Amino acid sequence: MEFALSEEQCLLQDSVRRFLEQNSPLDKVRLAAGNTHTVQRSLWAGASELGIPGMLIPEDFGGMGLGFLDAAIVYEMFGRYVAPLPFLGTAVMAPLALMLAGSEAQQEKWLPKIAAGEIIAGVAVTESIGVREDAGVKAGKGTLTGKVLFVIDWAEADLYIVADSDHGLHLVLPGAKGLSRRALDTIDKTRSVGELVFDQVSAEPLPRSSADAVARVIDAGRVMLAADTLGAGQMMIEKSVAYAGERKQFGRVIGSFQAVKHLCAEMAAALEPSRSLVWYAAHALDEVPGDARLMACHAKSHLSEVGRFVARTATEVHGGMGFTDLLGLHYWFKRIGFDRQLLGGPELVRLEAAHLQGWAA
Amino acid sequence: MDIELTKEDDAFRAEVRRFISEKLPRELAERETVGASGERGALRRWQKDLHEKGWVAVNWPRQYGGTGWTPLQKHIFNEEMAAANAPRLSPFGLSMVGPVIYTFGNEEQKKQHLPSILSGDVWWCQGYSEPGSGSDLASLRTRAVRQGDHYIVNGQKIWTSYAHEADWIFCLVRTDETAKPQEGISFLLIDMKTPGIEVKPIISIDGLHHLNEVFFTDVKVPVTNRIGDENKGWTYAKFLLVNERTGIAGVPESKRKIAHLRKIVKQERLGDGAALADEPAFMTRLSEIEVKLTGLEYTNLRIVAEEVAGRPAGPSSSTLKIVGTEVQQALSELAVEAAAFYAMPFQREHLMGIANEAPVGPAYAVSVTSAYNFGRAASIYGGSNEIQRNVIAKAVLGL
Ligand SMILES: Cc1cc2nc3c(=O)[nH]c(=O)nc-3n(C[C@H](O)[C@H](O)[C@H](O)COP(=O)(O)OP(=O)(O)OC[C@H]3O[C@@H](n4cnc5c(N)ncnc54)[C@H](O)[C@@H]3O)c2cc1C
Repeated sequence: MEFALSEEQCLLQDSVRRFLEQNSPLDKVRLAAGNTHTVQRSLWAGASELGIPGMLIPEDFGGMGLGFLDAAIVYEMFGRYVAPLPFLGTAVMAPLALMLAGSEAQQEKWLPKIAAGEIIAGVAVTESIGVREDAGVKAGKGTLTGKVLFVIDWAEADLYIVADSDHGLHLVLPGAKGLSRRALDTIDKTRSVGELVFDQVSAEPLPRSSADAVARVIDAGRVMLAADTLGAGQMMIEKSVAYAGERKQFGRVIGSFQAVKHLCAEMAAALEPSRSLVWYAAHALDEVPGDARLMACHAKSHLSEVGRFVARTATEVHGGMGFTDLLGLHYWFKRIGFDRQLLGGPELVRLEAAHLQGWAA
Repeated sequence: MDIELTKEDDAFRAEVRRFISEKLPRELAERETVGASGERGALRRWQKDLHEKGWVAVNWPRQYGGTGWTPLQKHIFNEEMAAANAPRLSPFGLSMVGPVIYTFGNEEQKKQHLPSILSGDVWWCQGYSEPGSGSDLASLRTRAVRQGDHYIVNGQKIWTSYAHEADWIFCLVRTDETAKPQEGISFLLIDMKTPGIEVKPIISIDGLHHLNEVFFTDVKVPVTNRIGDENKGWTYAKFLLVNERTGIAGVPESKRKIAHLRKIVKQERLGDGAALADEPAFMTRLSEIEVKLTGLEYTNLRIVAEEVAGRPAGPSSSTLKIVGTEVQQALSELAVEAAAFYAMPFQREHLMGIANEAPVGPAYAVSVTSAYNFGRAASIYGGSNEIQRNVIAKAVLGL
């Protein structure tokens, strides 16, 4: 066993880093946050040239056939650059749902399009994690009725994958009759979520759906969110260290005060060990099925906590500057906050982990 | 120690309740409950009503329009106001510059400014921080040069909250370049309408405009607008900071938030249908915070009692500030956790109190994330918590 990234993986991560550094600087992120979806489209087209939308999709369907660890280190870079791109739903959760539960015909129809970066696929599984109030979707004969909030990659989706309340997965087209869509403005402007309301909407079931398939789609999503937080947190640390080395008070750089040094060191000490946790959780999705769900829970909940700590501490180090839109530190702060809540906050996920381990009734 | 409530105290409490139920505008209380900012007009009316009753400046001495209440009465009053979700009045006049004016100002200044601070007719802002002088406030460089009966002020302030709505600014300026930093500062009151003042917005992380940069170019300020002696401004500035920090500790507000959270946890259901109130992990943390807050509350009372006895609080305000803001931040964290998924939507119109539709998720969830995000500032403003720890280490522990 070698607990490290392979040479290919390092190269992959580097190429994504370079791509985002050049194509998704903060002004571009701001522009996208101002809701210009065209930015997202053109950026996604660029990402397609690197094969990102199809990285998990088998080569037979035009993808790269890579594993979850590869996806995790890519999403880590997305978090690092707060990339306003539909990676989570389109490149990870939707293809996985199709691969696990779709018919051959469905796979042939949709996977190549996803892999080519031609379509955006939204994913509506939030209600499988904790139904709230009137939310939840019931399947009838070829139709869906009900409501889902927090649909991932909601905006401009060409296709939705929807979980009903009996673990059935369905394909729904955005123009389908009886489907109403409502945008949800959230704190994180770099990723889109929205609401779908179904009134007898015709839907195509994925024939091999099962509770396990839905759960695996969620596991993968959770590991990716953990990776995203890892990347975003790492960037916040680097920004803090850089700021502490420049900003002067009392005639010296603030990084020379032990209090500030410790703030930075605590962040590093909290984040660095979590990197291995994320790697292992991603690796387990492919290679250690028995550990996969538990590790996904651990990675998601732990990175949520560490991420929150880092986001706060980095803000503290920046003083008043951390609160300005101009500096933009808040894009990372909010990205981490959103990662925390999406697909289950750490409180809920920890409870799930306790159940999995037989520690809670 | 005498902490029994007397009959008079009970009667006082009843009177406060009656007043609140008659005068506090319902909409203000409602907005306060969900964390939306109060509408200006309603806030002004509320301040006017309090003023007419003589209750607007709880801590001021009676001769200047304060209440002259005992510490216990103040405590009862604050408790009732918080319980009724009464919004906090703008602190810049009432809690910050007002006490500086009646403590260090001359008769003219008291006559000119105190009445309009009490009535709420004049709004103030705080011109302390500068781009190069945040934690190291004493290094400030905005210059005031004496020319006859005037100072000519040049320089820049930053992070000035609500300068765009303020009528006056209280400002720290450098009047002696040669002295030690703390010994060359003066405290000036400046009319924001004076020519040469320019206010530029800073948009903050919530996408809203609270903060500003304020630029001074050859601004003529009458020497009579100086508080106390020239070059003694640091003393007055520190006096103000003690009050500011005690205010930032925000004990009554946190008490109200705890009461509010206690209601929420009974309504909020977990995935398996159980109430959040039956969730030991969550409730244990809530009680931990409550214990911390109770300690803080009693400390506050003790400090007030000491002050009444003529022993000033001094560095204990640093402790209040650290613990108070930690409590606030921990409470805002719990509120986000209680709202879970519904912490994600950003519902600007609901936050501003101008929405027509029902919010996504429960009403209380609307503001939890904004409060959490912006609440991070509490450990920065009023002197960062790191700086407060430095103060405690030095002034209290002698390290
Ligand atoms: C929302 C908000 C509202 C504000 N409103 C006002 C206002 O109305 N009027 C006004 O005058 N100011 C206002 N301020 C400014 C506030 O007082 C300053 O931001 C604060 O004093 C910190 O200064 P700074 O931002 O320059 O940070 P810096 O001083 O640059 O500090 C950056 C970091 O270094 C740390 N640090 C600095 N020196 C030391 C040291 N010696 N030891 C240990 N750590 C150190 C700080 O704790 C902080 O973490 C406001 C600030 C905010 C965020």
